[in-house]
Amino acid sequence: MNTWQRFKNSYLFYSFKQDSIAIGSFCVLSVLVVISILAPVVAPYNTYDTATFDILDAETPPAWMETGNEKFMLGTDIQGRDLLSTMIFGLRVSLIIGIGAVLFQALLGIIVGLLSGYFGGKLDAFLMRVADIQFSIPYLIVAIFTSAIFKLAFGVGRWEELAVPLLIIIIGMSEWPKYARTVRASVLGEKNKEYVEAARVIGLSRWQIIFKHILPNTLTPVLVLSTIQVANAVMSEAALSFLGLGMPITKPSLGSLIRSGFEYIFSGSWWITFFPGVLLVIFILVVLLLGDWLRDVLNPKLYKG
Amino acid sequence: MVAFIIRRIIQAVIVMLVISLVGFSIQHQIGDPVRDLVGERVTPAEREVIRDRLGLNDPFYVQYFRFVKKACQGDLGLSFFYKKPALEVIVAKAPATIELVIVTAIILIVVSIPAGIYAAIYPKSWFSRIVMAFSTIGVAIPVFLTAIAFIYFFSVELNWLPSYGRGETVNIWGWESGFFTWDGLKHLVLPSVSLSSIMLPLFIRLVRAEMMEILETEYIKFAWAKGLRRERVWFIHAFKNTLLPVITIFGVELGILFAFTILTETVFQWQGMGFMFLEAVERSDTSLLVAYLVVVGVIFVVVNTLVDIVYGFVNPTVRIAGTK
Amino acid sequence: MHHLLEVKDLEVKFALRFGELTAIDGISFTLDRGERLGIVGESGAGKSVTGFAIINLISKPGYISGGKILFEDQELHRLPEEEMRAIRGNRISMIFQDPMMTLNPVLSIATQMAETVLAHQDVSKADALDIALEKLKKVHIPSAEKRLRQYPHECSGGMRQRIVIAIALLTNPALIIADEPTTALDVTIQAEIMDLLLELCESEKMGLILITHDLGVVSQITEKIAVMYAGKIVEAGSTQTVVQDPRHPYTQGLIKALPGSLQPGSRLNQIPGMMPNLTEIPPGCAFHPRCKISDSICSMEVPALISKGQQDRMIACHMVK
Repeated sequence: MNTWQRFKNSYLFYSFKQDSIAIGSFCVLSVLVVISILAPVVAPYNTYDTATFDILDAETPPAWMETGNEKFMLGTDIQGRDLLSTMIFGLRVSLIIGIGAVLFQALLGIIVGLLSGYFGGKLDAFLMRVADIQFSIPYLIVAIFTSAIFKLAFGVGRWEELAVPLLIIIIGMSEWPKYARTVRASVLGEKNKEYVEAARVIGLSRWQIIFKHILPNTLTPVLVLSTIQVANAVMSEAALSFLGLGMPITKPSLGSLIRSGFEYIFSGSWWITFFPGVLLVIFILVVLLLGDWLRDVLNPKLYKG
Repeated sequence: MVAFIIRRIIQAVIVMLVISLVGFSIQHQIGDPVRDLVGERVTPAEREVIRDRLGLNDPFYVQYFRFVKKACQGDLGLSFFYKKPALEVIVAKAPATIELVIVTAIILIVVSIPAGIYAAIYPKSWFSRIVMAFSTIGVAIPVFLTAIAFIYFFSVELNWLPSYGRGETVNIWGWESGFFTWDGLKHLVLPSVSLSSIMLPLFIRLVRAEMMEILETEYIKFAWAKGLRRERVWFIHAFKNTLLPVITIFGVELGILFAFTILTETVFQWQGMGFMFLEAVERSDTSLLVAYLVVVGVIFVVVNTLVDIVYGFVNPTVRIAGTK
Repeated sequence: MHHLLEVKDLEVKFALRFGELTAIDGISFTLDRGERLGIVGESGAGKSVTGFAIINLISKPGYISGGKILFEDQELHRLPEEEMRAIRGNRISMIFQDPMMTLNPVLSIATQMAETVLAHQDVSKADALDIALEKLKKVHIPSAEKRLRQYPHECSGGMRQRIVIAIALLTNPALIIADEPTTALDVTIQAEIMDLLLELCESEKMGLILITHDLGVVSQITEKIAVMYAGKIVEAGSTQTVVQDPRHPYTQGLIKALPGSLQPGSRLNQIPGMMPNLTEIPPGCAFHPRCKISDSICSMEVPALISKGQQDRMIACHMVK
């Protein structure tokens, strides 16, 4: 049987088919991801190109309202950009940062966890001490602080250029301990199993054992953790942008859009905050639901009625 | 047991030193104490003189020790914007944040415990299902969105509650309190409810999960077999057992709550420490930033250490593991 | 003749996701005041469920689907919850298996004892504590006053089980149901606890239903015995006769499997196979796949539990005359 057939017959797929929430979430998520990848093609306007918009169009309400304009389905923001397009590009930015940050944390955390768990001793004590110290400070504060410092250090101009990779690093750095701890716990559990002994007896090098044998067995919790972490990363990025410490208004993410729209709620332009907000919530919700389902499915202990 | 406490305290001190090092490095690289002291209109020559006098040309570690010494004495530098000692500025703003956190904590306890217990005892009731659905969705909504939504509905549309600031405050021995005036209390409502909305889903689920687990235990079955009244079984036998894990998590989450005050204070322009922090960022007021880091760092470390020690007292197995 | 407890054709089912499972399939037995009955069988045979069924405490999704339970001429299975509550812990007490898990770790012994009295009798707290003290002494716990103020984790396993027994005695019940009371204890403590139970039943004239898989324990203190297999009683009678002269093939296998009857060094006698999962009970006699003397009728017809030969000796087997 090839891989596709094995997958179709697997318990994972079976349970997925049974769970309508999982199916629904997956569909919504796929749509969102596809849209954001194809942003330049799908969005009505390219909002990064300053030639396509005009400040005179600013604050136009959604098309179905009285003073709306058909050109702008969901209205425009304070700079005259089409809200729908900006949202799509914003989702894309949020996704890039979210997934990037998670890859970063995962990479860092997994390596630390593997080394710490396998080698133990002083290395383990030291690394876990560092993780503990970082754990005692809430990740959001770390992120907020780090971006504040970077912003001050780099100045506004350079910040705008470097925002995306910097945010990836910042959010990545703030949460790696979670991966490290999880992987370490798994490694400690696997270390004493027979297949590791067997591998050693055959004469495999330490690195081969760690990466080719132990690592795959620690991946289940990592997978579950990653879904939650993507949601968290996107939320962190939105929070940072909302505070003005994240994506700048010229290349806005959903958080920045919400920030820019916030002041205008009082004058009645509610849509600038509303639609990006709804999109953000839907995205996070869908990721979390899938994560929940994944966790339930992969955890044999939870097979309760 | 004593060994455990000492270990925790040593760990706390190390963390604080790390924080102070980070803070100082920031000060050193980005800060400009000369400007903080005398403003911007000084000639380069005068600058050099002042720099020397302030000891700014000394080696890193000398300056660092000076920093730590001054910090222990309560001197965290001068705020450029406020033209006052940074510590003084923070302390003046602290009551706003603390009161907000207290009210939020009260809301959390008063709502999550009954809701969690009810949802555990009657998991299939429609109330429980609604509560759980809300929890699931609630986790996905960032706090600032909830805050904005609240402002929109209760302030802009309905005009029931104020949308920014603290309202009238009463000065009690230097503590600006919003508890003692109706206006102050009205201003507290939306921010604290928004803030609690982050943690509420988590706590309700936690209480519910703990309670459900406990309701399955042998001793609860035995309590039923003894023919005790339902209320007694639920509230005296079951509930007491949920307290330990719930309290521990509460202690930890309190720190995170603090982090979220920054977001909430921003939305409501609540003149607390979090809002002050963001203003300091915008104004490049480095001393204030660093002072904030140190103060908040100290608060976290102290709270975490206390929680750990209390937990160690209550849970014997942790003590033994900690002395290895 | 009125028995203290009469169980007739009791049926208990569990409503599970994929269908209904019959945990107890029509069992009947009686118990008189001061009598001691042992219900024996392997794990999964339905013994514990029987105990819980009597006081209507079966965990969901289980429920009593048929039969009658008569206690002091009251139909227990029909009683509304409030009245049932008045009987639980009052007229019928239950002792569980693991005293470590039975006592609530965060409440003091005094609280856990006094509350039982206060739940059923209209007395003051001080009086309740006096009664508690008295019962603690009855179960031979030294320094009883000190114990009252302690918490469960401060007492040893044997001590805890004695406390649990004391709790069961608080209201001078007519019947005690003991579900594997000694399984979680050391062998030496087991003997002590069993002796204690015997002594108490005789002196207080209480009925005892001892649910266990341990034949040794059962032969020590019970007068009657009922052997359960896959939700049914397959043999019943006086303990002495059943243990010395088992007739049902399953009972015979159980007795033979006891190591005591063997020469040192020889192999243990096992009954081949395993008791079936309650979702997959074989047709006819549930034991027939493992039975050496089974015949074609055994796989078709369910044997009834009827008296064969001596009085009070009931056997459910086609092959025994």
